[in-house]
Amino acid sequence: MQVALMVPCYIDMFYPQVGIASLELLEKLGVDVVYPQKQTCCGQPMANSGCYEEARATEDHCAKVFGSFDCVVTPSGSCTHHIRNKFTAGADSPEKQNLVRNTYDLVEFLHDVLKIKEFPWAKFEHKVGLHTSCSAIRGLNMASMSERVHDRVFSKPKALLSGVPGVEFVEFERVDECCGFGGTFAVTEEAVSAKMGYDKLAFMQKASPECIVSSDMSCLMHLQGCARRQKQDIPFYHLAEVLNGVSLGAGQS
Amino acid sequence: MSHSIDQAKNAEKFLADTVHEERLDKLLWAMRLRRDAAARQVPEWEDLRTLASEIKEHTLSNLSDYLIQFEAKATANGVIVHWARDAHEHNQIVYDLLAEQKADLLVKSKSMLTEECELRPFLERRGIRITETDLGERIQQLDDQPPGHIVGPAIHKTTHDVAVLFSEKYGSDPKNEDVAYLAGVMRDNTRPDFLTARAGMTGANFVVAETGAIVVATNEGNADLSANTPELHICSVGIEKIVPTVESLAVFIRLLARSATGDTITQYTSTFRGPRKGAAMHVILVDNGRSARLGMKRFWHSLKCIRCAACMNTCPVYRRSGGLSYGSTYMGPIGIIMMPTFEIRKYSELPFASTLNGSCTNVCPVKIDIHEQIYGWREVMEENDQIQVVKKEAMRVADDVLSHPALYQIATTTLSAALEVLPHFAVYNRLNAWGRHRDVPNAARETFHAWYRKHRTVTNENDERES
Amino acid sequence: MHPTQALSRNTILEAVRANQPAAQPMPTIPHFHTHQPADLVSIFRESIARMAGVVVTDVVNGDVPDLGSFLRNKFPDAKVICSAIPEYAGTIRPASFNHWSEASTIDVCILRSPMGVAETGSILLSDVELQVNTIALLAHDLVVLLDPKQIVANIHDAYEHPHFKLRPYSLLMTGPSGSGDIGGIVVHPAQGAKTLTVLLSPAPDTGQRTG
Repeated sequence: MQVALMVPCYIDMFYPQVGIASLELLEKLGVDVVYPQKQTCCGQPMANSGCYEEARATEDHCAKVFGSFDCVVTPSGSCTHHIRNKFTAGADSPEKQNLVRNTYDLVEFLHDVLKIKEFPWAKFEHKVGLHTSCSAIRGLNMASMSERVHDRVFSKPKALLSGVPGVEFVEFERVDECCGFGGTFAVTEEAVSAKMGYDKLAFMQKASPECIVSSDMSCLMHLQGCARRQKQDIPFYHLAEVLNGVSLGAGQS
Repeated sequence: MSHSIDQAKNAEKFLADTVHEERLDKLLWAMRLRRDAAARQVPEWEDLRTLASEIKEHTLSNLSDYLIQFEAKATANGVIVHWARDAHEHNQIVYDLLAEQKADLLVKSKSMLTEECELRPFLERRGIRITETDLGERIQQLDDQPPGHIVGPAIHKTTHDVAVLFSEKYGSDPKNEDVAYLAGVMRDNTRPDFLTARAGMTGANFVVAETGAIVVATNEGNADLSANTPELHICSVGIEKIVPTVESLAVFIRLLARSATGDTITQYTSTFRGPRKGAAMHVILVDNGRSARLGMKRFWHSLKCIRCAACMNTCPVYRRSGGLSYGSTYMGPIGIIMMPTFEIRKYSELPFASTLNGSCTNVCPVKIDIHEQIYGWREVMEENDQIQVVKKEAMRVADDVLSHPALYQIATTTLSAALEVLPHFAVYNRLNAWGRHRDVPNAARETFHAWYRKHRTVTNENDERES
Repeated sequence: MHPTQALSRNTILEAVRANQPAAQPMPTIPHFHTHQPADLVSIFRESIARMAGVVVTDVVNGDVPDLGSFLRNKFPDAKVICSAIPEYAGTIRPASFNHWSEASTIDVCILRSPMGVAETGSILLSDVELQVNTIALLAHDLVVLLDPKQIVANIHDAYEHPHFKLRPYSLLMTGPSGSGDIGGIVVHPAQGAKTLTVLLSPAPDTGQRTG
């Protein structure tokens, strides 16, 4: 089975190392992975702004590029959630239905499909502040949510990271409160968005992590922006980088 | 567009007041945690939520029958039932009843519906004095501010704020910020009105069709006083508040206080089925847009709301914006999905005051899909041309580029070009908005697609890059 | 009905009829009795203890002399003691009030509740027990007798009580009045009674169920 790697536009532009890590990781795991070069974006930014008509062409293009693959993997919970649950701007087609059915977040693919439990080539003897995005938790059920108090507590990102020797998780308050990115919210409600980011960082920092990790780079882009503005140089990593064997301090922009 | 509420700007002002913002955020998050603790005590919590949702959906889909049943039962109990199509008709009915009663003083307990109808200014213009008897509502009334939260209307005020306000209005000691003292000041100043008012008004949390009864839940007992002291009790209630049976009422009572404050039940949970001897009881059933909302396929579930405010307490945006930032009767997540049904233009920006994180949906005791409806309203705003023209244009440019790989790849070779293209950053004339409180990410020396072409593909002259 | 009322009523009902979604079924509502018979009295005590200003005391055999001395000890300054129970006279009975507002003169009010709820620590009162509704609302302190055998498990059970279908006014009271409206700090009392004391005392044998 051939897997198509979808690299979100903002990773393509600002965090290519995350795309590279995702690719290398899948290759290490023996996956036959390709990167369709005509890909651009899933249309989420426009659709989330209510600009449905303005997302149509982008979504159609996305379906055309990826619709023939049996499996599409992307290191982004928000893109996966959009494609799986909100992909309705473009016209319906067999490619689109295929894409909706076959898209996985990288975490889902590793945890549920390949069922990988160990990453022996990696070592990361550090305290990790793990942030999981709202798309991943409440959109994709990749981890339990604090609102549902009787659910069994679980986290797929945490389970995967536990397969990297040395990883230690720090506990912090308001663990699943939104970080404040929210897509275009980050600019349309800039003041509230930034305050949410500052607050999230403050709660995490109280637990003294050595780095902050997430399976969603959009959250990290926002949190990193807040951290750097506050002159905090704590490193940020996408989960794929840690699983792929990154060392602390590497690849920070 | 110039008349729409700019929630973002209001939120920014609230955030600048770090004392009030941080206090409100901490206080309401603690309320959310109390709700969690209370839910943990009830093993069947999720079953109750499902039942509550199903009971409401059943009732709303049979609403005309239940309204008729309620009217018949209430009338048989000696209650007089009125029907108000809109806010103005409601206010007129209330005024007519007060005039008939020769009441120039009305004691009233908390009713968001009466806020929605703007009852107080209507009555005050006609010479009727109103005493809000809910402590939070009274504070806001004295301060000439609308409620900031539907359960704790003055929750955004500090004890200092209240002490200063009471000293100005009641002549109490401005330096005494002890809450028991302040509550005593309220009690002493309100008791005389209870004893002399000729009319009392309540809202209702629930309306029971089977028995023709209304149910009111308070902690202060002020609704019981407002209903049991004057000779005239008027109850105003939205038509969506109906529940079919007394048995079904139990499900909601078990969910309401736990969701709102983490208590098992409010201190006074009262059923009013008929007037006391020598007194009169009137119920006004109010539509004011509810029947229209019932027909909105994507949004009618918002009518299930039992006004617990759990969604506000958990909403990270509400906690940092303050309730008054929404400029609306109902605020926070439930406000976002209700207010556009009243005035679409005025509230066209509200659906964007959300990160769509979904916490609200998962604390809602009646399982309203709040964040999905917020998303749905964004589409409606676009369909109704309520989205700012400049923003739409930026999105259209983005769509053009993002649907053409060659254009996209050229555009992303430089940071400034990328920032023009990427809708995350492309916002009308606030291009530097991202950078006000955050650093902008550095553009990579090489994009992923450039890296991939270099490191993974065999260079092929026939490789097409086009769109 | 006022002439325009018929129009309003019909307009609203027609709009509702036209718009209401396809009928959805009413679910069956279980009573959620989880387990083995629980000690409802101790659960009731725990629930009510969470409310400030409430004390739960056992009155031995419900004897009137005990009740009298209990009240004199607890409320030594009380001048007006209103009793709504037949076995104790107090200084005044609700029936003696000429106007409901006189209830504001009550220092201590004694009542019997026909039912307690273990889940929440609530006690039921209706116009039957109150006789004059305002006595529970305007009195300074409340003392309520409750037969421990009349404590039901949860709110589902509570709403089976006939009062809710028959009486014009029924109140589930859980502690004295309170408010958290100022700064989120919960304070007692608010508008109603300042304290609530519950005495666990078997009901006098009247040969019929109260209510």
